[in-house]
Amino acid sequence: MNELPQQLVNGLLLGAMYGLVAIGYTMVYGIVQLINFAHGEIFMIGGFGALTVYLYVLPDGTTMWVALPLMLVGAVIAAVLVAVGAERFAYRPLRTAPRLAPLITAIGLSLALQQAVWAWYPGAKESINFPEIPGGPFEIGSVTIQTGDIFLFIAAPVSMAILAYFVMKTRTGRGMQATAQDPDTAKLMGINTDRIIVVAFALGALFAAVGAVAYGLKYGQVQFRMGFILGLKAFTAAVLGGIGNIYGAMLGGLVLGLAETMATAYIADVPGFDLLGGQSWANVWAFVLLILVLLVRPQGLLGERVADRA
Amino acid sequence: MRQRSLITITAALAAGALTLTACGSRDDDGGSDSGSGGTKVVIGVDAPLTGDLSALGLGIKNSVDLAAKTANKQKLVDGVTFEIKALDDQAQPSSGQANASTLVADKSVYGVVGPLNSSVAESMQKVFDDAKLVEISPANTGPALTQGVDWQTKKVRTYKSYFRTATTDAIQGPFAAQYVYNDAKKKNVFVIDDKKTYGAGLAATFTEEFKKLGGKVVGTDHIDPDTKDFSAVATKVKNSGADVVYYGGEYPQAGPLSKQIKAAGAKIPLVGGDGIYDPTFVELAGANSAGDLATSVGAPVETLDSAKQFVADYKAAGYKEEYAAYGGYSYDAAWAIILAVKKVVEDNDGKLPSDARAKITAATQNVSFDGVTGKVSFDEYGDATNKQLTVYAVENGAWKAVKSGTYTG
Repeated sequence: MNELPQQLVNGLLLGAMYGLVAIGYTMVYGIVQLINFAHGEIFMIGGFGALTVYLYVLPDGTTMWVALPLMLVGAVIAAVLVAVGAERFAYRPLRTAPRLAPLITAIGLSLALQQAVWAWYPGAKESINFPEIPGGPFEIGSVTIQTGDIFLFIAAPVSMAILAYFVMKTRTGRGMQATAQDPDTAKLMGINTDRIIVVAFALGALFAAVGAVAYGLKYGQVQFRMGFILGLKAFTAAVLGGIGNIYGAMLGGLVLGLAETMATAYIADVPGFDLLGGQSWANVWAFVLLILVLLVRPQGLLGERVADRA
Repeated sequence: MRQRSLITITAALAAGALTLTACGSRDDDGGSDSGSGGTKVVIGVDAPLTGDLSALGLGIKNSVDLAAKTANKQKLVDGVTFEIKALDDQAQPSSGQANASTLVADKSVYGVVGPLNSSVAESMQKVFDDAKLVEISPANTGPALTQGVDWQTKKVRTYKSYFRTATTDAIQGPFAAQYVYNDAKKKNVFVIDDKKTYGAGLAATFTEEFKKLGGKVVGTDHIDPDTKDFSAVATKVKNSGADVVYYGGEYPQAGPLSKQIKAAGAKIPLVGGDGIYDPTFVELAGANSAGDLATSVGAPVETLDSAKQFVADYKAAGYKEEYAAYGGYSYDAAWAIILAVKKVVEDNDGKLPSDARAKITAATQNVSFDGVTGKVSFDEYGDATNKQLTVYAVENGAWKAVKSGTYTG
């Protein structure tokens, strides 16, 4: 049986999730040159926000068709609040500090958020089950698509289209582009850069929240550590696609997801590579790909400028 | 640098102060030995009390606590009160070793129950052995822990202070293979493990026996326990034509793995060891997990006459968490330590001798009693002599015992 179509779909789904989270890394980096390592935890908080709506706000037994939009709202509210709060109280006071200070703050914040959820969210010391969309899997030819994945299939391109429209066509979006190019000049032109930075954090959190709901639906559970590895992968995707470029983030995510899936599926079949294949080696191959891409294109797949201010 | 030395001094002072207090309190108690008070004997517990595996770890802690309380209530050892001191290892070898050092430093600790994970045990054994402090694991199944790394060819006991009430993978893997091949009539297996000491060992012993019986391994894979996305592996399983999956590992990964394999369209059972025998597995794996199998050490606790008292007492004690897969073994492990303490104290005119730790370790070797899980005693390697195993299947969202037996090789 030919499993390639199925593996491609698996890879695209995983990649779409990486891409949704990668947008947050890339937008914040593009505007303030900060690698927001707490972004993975923003993603995690989004997942718990959605769960909170389902468990504690909605009455028991609400159908998913009603619950899902509300959970999405809950996820977005939780993630955006934490992200904006982090920007206001953790990063803004350090805006003029040396670049390493906010970076270390981000790592600290990441640990603090993880442990806070672990300590205070009821039942979060273990994985918590996430509600699922009922209905069997769909078969298209030889490809099986899970009900939970349909959300991701729709949400990822739609989010991307909305983001592209926002950045290209709206006043705030163009303000973001201007701030990314040159914050001082942008300020002289009357752009409120503080506001733009907040918007960048909030938008990143919004897409992370969408990704978190997709994660919950896909894997049927959320846990306090879910943002750590996924955040690292999303950051990798952002670098692979060219950090600072929003299309690059999505493309990098898809490439990374496909690379991991293909490595799991096929590397072990290459003669002499039987010990280097399988899922536990997928990350190694994904990073080999990253290194190869960066050797040829140090600015990433779609990166326009070399990270001159990093 | 200054700060570091400051920390060192503080730590040293704190440790010293603790030791002194411990000694002090024992001396005080020693004075009132003739009275009803008595010596305090602490049984250490090391298990993952938080994190993914805490369901199992908390069951261990509560069961040891129950054993200590029962011994106190029965006034089993005259003049001795048992207490427990539970430390969290988060299933990490490094935390386990730090906990082992903490327990060794506490002079009132005379025995330790734990840990849950074989990989954690590896990091603790030497610390306990150097201190001659007895350690009984209710759950470790890695054969190398008792019989040395070359256990397949030459069995050598590495640490005299290490015992376990659980059976080993050397028995559990083949037992599962026989059930899958002979009873469940599955001939093509896809073997997956998580590369940890426990998982890889179990998968290896299963594979060996399964091939010997005439079964075919149609594929293997190793997963990364940090991720939750097994869709690529699941697709491979589906297309391999396997009619059963064997997974060496624990339930936090096994649950999602089983779910994703079924979702990929392969309606075949996932079989695992005692690491997946937990209610959380069924929760994580979802409705399609019906028919998944797990082997676990011993006969099901609920069905044993000897265990009814334990189950009733556990309920009466009102613990918040279930006793889980290893409750009975933990109780038996603690009881073995308690009986060893009793023997040592009685041989020494009702007092703990100065080399009590070494004597208790030696006494544990000869302990023999009817415990929760059946006859409890240890062979020359420190392994349980009780080699019974049970196959469980998921039915209506819960584990049900299907078949108990003894693996005879």
